[in-house]
Formats: sequence, C-alpha cells, structure tokens
Amino acid sequence: MTLAPARTSILPNRITTPSLRSFLRSVPSVDEVGANERVAALSTRSIKRESKRAALDLITRMIDLTTLEGKDTPGKVAQMSAKAIRPDPLDASVPSVAAVCVYPNMVKHAVEATAGTSVKVASVASYFPSGLVDTDLKVEEVTRVVRLGADEVDMVIDRGAFLSGEYFKVFDEIRRVKDACGDTHLKVILETGELVTLDNVRQASLLAMTAGADFIKTSTGKVQPAATLPVALVMLEAIRDFMDATGVMVGMKPAGGIRTAKDAIRYLVVLNETLGEAWMTPDWFRFGASTLLNDVLMQIRWLKTGRYWSPDYFTKD
Amino acid sequence: MAIEIGTPAAPTLKWEYAGSRESADLVTIEGRYGLFIDGKFVSPKSKRYFPTINPATEEPLAEVAEAGEADVDDAVAAARRAYTDVWEPMEAAERAKYVFRIARMIQERSRELAVLETLDGGKPIKEARDVDLPLVAGHFFYYAGWADKLEYAFPGVRPRPLGVAGQVIPWNFPLLMLAWKVAPALAAGNTVVLKPAETTPLTALIMAQIAAEAGLPPGVFNVVTGAGGTGAAVVGHPDVDKVAFTGSTAVGKLIQSQLAGSHKKVTLELGGKAAHVIFEDAPLDQAIEGVINGIFFNQGHVCCAGSRLLVQENIHDRFVDKLKRRLSTLRVGDPMDKNTDVGAINSRDQLEKITELVDSGLDEGAEMFQPDCVLPDRGFFFKPTLFTNVAQSHRIAQEEIFGPVLSILSFRTPEEAVEKANNTPYGLSAGVWTAKGSRILWMADRLQAGVVWANTYNKFDPASPFGGYKESGFGREGGRHGLLAYMDWDET
Repeated sequence: MTLAPARTSILPNRITTPSLRSFLRSVPSVDEVGANERVAALSTRSIKRESKRAALDLITRMIDLTTLEGKDTPGKVAQMSAKAIRPDPLDASVPSVAAVCVYPNMVKHAVEATAGTSVKVASVASYFPSGLVDTDLKVEEVTRVVRLGADEVDMVIDRGAFLSGEYFKVFDEIRRVKDACGDTHLKVILETGELVTLDNVRQASLLAMTAGADFIKTSTGKVQPAATLPVALVMLEAIRDFMDATGVMVGMKPAGGIRTAKDAIRYLVVLNETLGEAWMTPDWFRFGASTLLNDVLMQIRWLKTGRYWSPDYFTKD
Repeated sequence: MAIEIGTPAAPTLKWEYAGSRESADLVTIEGRYGLFIDGKFVSPKSKRYFPTINPATEEPLAEVAEAGEADVDDAVAAARRAYTDVWEPMEAAERAKYVFRIARMIQERSRELAVLETLDGGKPIKEARDVDLPLVAGHFFYYAGWADKLEYAFPGVRPRPLGVAGQVIPWNFPLLMLAWKVAPALAAGNTVVLKPAETTPLTALIMAQIAAEAGLPPGVFNVVTGAGGTGAAVVGHPDVDKVAFTGSTAVGKLIQSQLAGSHKKVTLELGGKAAHVIFEDAPLDQAIEGVINGIFFNQGHVCCAGSRLLVQENIHDRFVDKLKRRLSTLRVGDPMDKNTDVGAINSRDQLEKITELVDSGLDEGAEMFQPDCVLPDRGFFFKPTLFTNVAQSHRIAQEEIFGPVLSILSFRTPEEAVEKANNTPYGLSAGVWTAKGSRILWMADRLQAGVVWANTYNKFDPASPFGGYKESGFGREGGRHGLLAYMDWDET
C-alpha cells in the first residue's frame, strides 16, 4: 500500500524535514481575528423547521458515538452499540449513527455488537491519547486493531515533533500508520488544543493530508480546548486548498466539547458554507461525541411532537 | 428520511435553509407622518406629502411630509429658540443625561428600529440588527460621556457650541448617519435641524418620537423630511450656523460653493472609491471575507466600500477563483430573512445607476462574473458582481458605483499598489492585507485615505474618527475629533 501520488504531488520530490518546512511556510497564514469573525457570523444563521429536521437527521448519521474511558467494560460497549444502531427505541425513523469509537481492547466487543449493521467500528490507536511512543509500537498497535476488525483508525500526531519542527518525523509516522491501515479508514488527530495557533492547525492539516490521512480530526477529547469552530473552519479551508491542489478529497471530524444539537448545527453551517454539499455526508464529516446524541434525539422528538420531553425519557448508555 | 438498519449511509444533503423571517409586526407604521418641529409632529405648511416604499417589495410604507421653505424656517426658528433659551445655558451634565437617556431608549427599541431600517431601506435584517443598531446606540453613549468633559477633550481652551446645526444625511445608513451627526451636536450643546434622505425617512421619525419621550426640550432636535429642495433649504438657511452633509461628491461641491463666504462651518463626508490591496503573503481566506464584507456589506451602498480590489499578480488567479466560489455562497434576497447576506438596492434610481455603470464596464471590455442566484420577482435587486480585466481608465474603476460591484486590478510591487490606490479623486478609505507588519505601516503612510484598515475592513467604532481626503470631503465624525465639528473655543 503506497500513497496515491496525487497526495504528494504538491510536495518536493525528496521529502525531508527542510523540504516539508518550506512547503508548510508556503501555506497561507491565518488571521485569527478574521477566522473568529467568520465563524461568529456563520453562527447567526437561523436554522428552522425543515432545514433543522434535515440537519438533525444528518448529524445523527454523522456521529461517532464514543466512549474512551479507563472504566469502559464490554457491557458498556455493547449498550452503546445498541444505542448507535437504534438511537431512539420509540422512533424507528431515527437513523443509526456512523460509528462507535472505542479503545483497542474494546474493538472485539464493538465488532460483535455491531455485526450486520451499518454502524462501523472506529478504534483509537497509536497509543492514544498521548501517542508518545516509538513509531514501531504505534504501527504494531494499529496493525492489531485492523486485524481485530476495526473499520476506522483514529491516530494522534506527534505534537512535540511538529512543534519542534521535525516535520518529517510527523509525516513519516502518519505515512507508516496509513500503510498499516491498508483500506481501513485513517483519521488523523491533530490535537489542536496543543498546537494552539491557527497557523499551526492549518500547517498540520496539510502535513497530515499529504501523508495519507483520510480524515483530519481536531482532538482526542482529553485536552482542552477540544474542538472549536474557528479551528474547524481553518481545517475545512485546508481541506479545500488540498482538494484544489491535488484533487484528493479528505474528510473532517471535530471531536470533544460538542454537546448540543445547536452546537452541532453551527458546525454543519460552517461545513455547508465552506466545503458545500459534497461533504454533507457521514462519508466526509463526523462528529466525535458522546452526549451530543441525546440532545439531538430530544430535538428530533420535540420537532415531531411539538413538546419538550424530559431527559429522563432518553437512555444514558 | 428513514434509514434501514444495515444500509450504508451515504447520500449527501443539499441543505436549503428554511425561510426565517423577522416579524414586521414589531413596528407600527402610521399612515402619514408630519414634520417634527419644536417637540411635536405638525402638518407641513407646504401641504405636500410623498410616499416612502419598501424597496424589497415596492409596496408603500407610509406618506411623509415634504417640508417647504416655510417649514424649514419654523424648524430653524424652533432650534434657535431652544438653543438660546434652554440648551446652551443648561449645565453640561444635564445635557449628558438627555443624550444618555436617548441612547438607552435606542437600545430598548433596537429590535423595532432594526426592522424599520430594513423595511424602509432594504438592508439585510442581520446587518441592521448586528451592525447598525449597536453602533447607533454606541455613538449616543459615547458622546453623552463627553458632554460634561469637553474642556478635558481639548485642554487649554474653553469650548463652546456653534448654535443651530443643519444636518443632511444619506439613505445607506439612515440611523447610523443620524447618530454620527446628532449625538456629537447635542453633546456639544448645539441644537439640530435634521433632513433625512427622501427614500429612508422613517427611522428618523421614530427617533423624533424617542426624543420627545426622553423629554428632550422642544426644538433641540427637529426633523424635516423631504427631497433635495428641503435639504437645500436647510443648508442655505441664514440662521443655520453649522452644516453637516453626508452624500454624493456632486452635491457636496454644490453645498460648499453655496456656503462660500457665509459664516457657516461645514463638514462634508462624500463619495469614495476605496482600494483594497491584497499582498501575496496575506491570510487569503480571511482576506476573501474582508473583500466580501468590503464590497457586499449593505449591497455596496457604503461610501467607504472597498470597490477597487488590487491583487498582487502572482496570486491574482487563485484569489479570484476563491472569490468567485465565495460569491456563489452569498444569499441574496428578502432583507427580512435572517439568513440574507445581500438585500435590496435602496431605490429604482440607484438600481438604474448601478445597471448603467455595469453596462459601461461590459462595453469597455471588462469581464463580468455573477453567481448563479435567483433574484426575487419584485423589488430592486442586483446580483453580486465581479469585474476582472479592468483597466484604471474604465469607468467602473474610476466612478463610485455605490452598489454590489467589485472591480479587480492587479499590481506587482508595493509602489505600484500605492500609485494605483491613490490614482482617484477620492480618498475616504483603503484596506491592506499582508502578514507583514512593517508593510502595513509602509502602506498606511502612503495611502491617501482617511481610514486605512489592515487585515480587516469596514470596522467602525464610536471612539474612532472617520472622514475623507481629497474629494471625499473634510471634517471627521466619531471620536474626540467628531466633537470638533460642533464646537468653537475661546483661548483661556
């Protein structure tokens, strides 16, 4: 498995840290004030009635229902998988979510629980969430979760290497993980809360995409701030630039901190007005979230019945 | 959209935002409005009225009095009495209270005022709500704060008001232009006769109601509605001490020649043809937003609109591609819809003027791009428009279009950018986008413009002065400078 040549076509022939550095320096800078203003303006979009209904349906289908806790058990994963498959037991018209996202030791249980359904299994790997081990160990772990049947792998980049300018190390690690993934979907977590500046976010996005990311993802959820709208905007703009330059389409996954349907709709507006219809599908956009789903279900129920339901009517899984 | 368990979820969503109209019921519009003179609404001695319409639907909203010379006489006489008997002798701290009270009442009624501004003028409700009204209240608050501190604003002199101010304002920001002029005039101790624009008189009349409800002494603030003739009567009235005009350069020139040799002080805020300069190292995606905001904000009915885009040649094509794509996401249409980005052209006259200039651009060989958007059947609308292959000599690069039309030129060096930017009779504003701080300062030193925005555009603040160079006028509005237009002083 080697990278599609289109991905690296925008890089110099010999990929080294200096050549990657000059590539990243050619990436347009980001004005933070301007990016914040843009998302603030998009956040005033008024989404009502049919457009809200369509958005809630799509958001449900885009959720990677996630549990990443030390206290996770096979039973908890099974419960969450049941919810992922049939989010609202009282309403069969509510679609399944996109995937369940678990730690490597739970992949086997998630695969069993979702067998025969459209719900995919995503596993964090590469020694999530810190990712602070040798690349060989990361590749080994990724290989293992792929063998266990994960459909998608969420890895985290080496932020230390990125911040210290060792771009080839970051690039090569992603490339090797992608090789280990084969046809398994690779989501590359930038951990934007540790990259801090939007310039870094944009450069890391391009580095990840050239190295083979199928998706770029904001955060592990273990570092604050996790996903924010300005960060998502900058990543989507990087995806647009990458598409223009290479013709390769890359997906995006904000994760962490998106808890309400209202928040999620704002992300959808930014997506819709930055990348447009082609990305408005779970194939190209995901929400990494755990509590978001119940708020979406409450909103759907409200739209259908015209009244608010107590949170007690929705299962906590 | 039920999805069967087990089927792959793949379809994309073509997401149309459902209509989300602000309610017009928030305002009560009377059938007919008189003139606001000496603290009350009166019928015009001229006995004439004219209709004001909603430019988005072409439906009439109300009939408004057309003030004749006798009416303007009454208004100026009321303003003079109020100045001599009440307003000028009043303790400055007391004057401040009235201005503060007006500011608070604007905030309280801001939703209603925003809706009326949109109905009468055609601007998108989100702009009236999020930009115009907060700034309007902000200006009144800001100048209310100065009212009893004028000697600290200008240390070493004893400031005094000028007397009766005659103010003529345009239709693009009816309330904001009122605030820019009325707030500093009142705070500095002057009384006012205001002539709002013919096509957008209604919010000024609500302001008259607010002034009355605030208990502002009769005659301190007067509103005479009408067209050019009324404005000329205000400007030319012998008992007016100060003339403030915002509008076209042609009318500004007439006013200045009419007032030559008189005792009146004058400030003019006139047209513009601002250069918006994009360097290769600019934050491109934010620059795109800046350019969009610069020219399509308020349908381009902005005197400081960034209507001439100067793009460094080595990024020209890429930038124009990005701009075209962004243009296609603009939502053009019903100004009352909360999701509308570009609303209605203010009047049929203005639509014809824009159309004529765009036709001239095509005749002169520039290449036009318009997004594939559907305009409403009724009302005055114009598609957001870009011109590439524009020469400096084209009319669309020289004349103020005052509409949603951007002319794009390129440059190679900073010197060339400055030369092209300054090659205009106007000098109101300019924009510069670059990641290099030193270049921003270098450009700002050389651009002949009253305002130079760096890595942003169309930013206003009550504390920041605004005004022109060259044929864009003189005098400053906003900030401490804005007080100077309404003051004289004695040396101490």
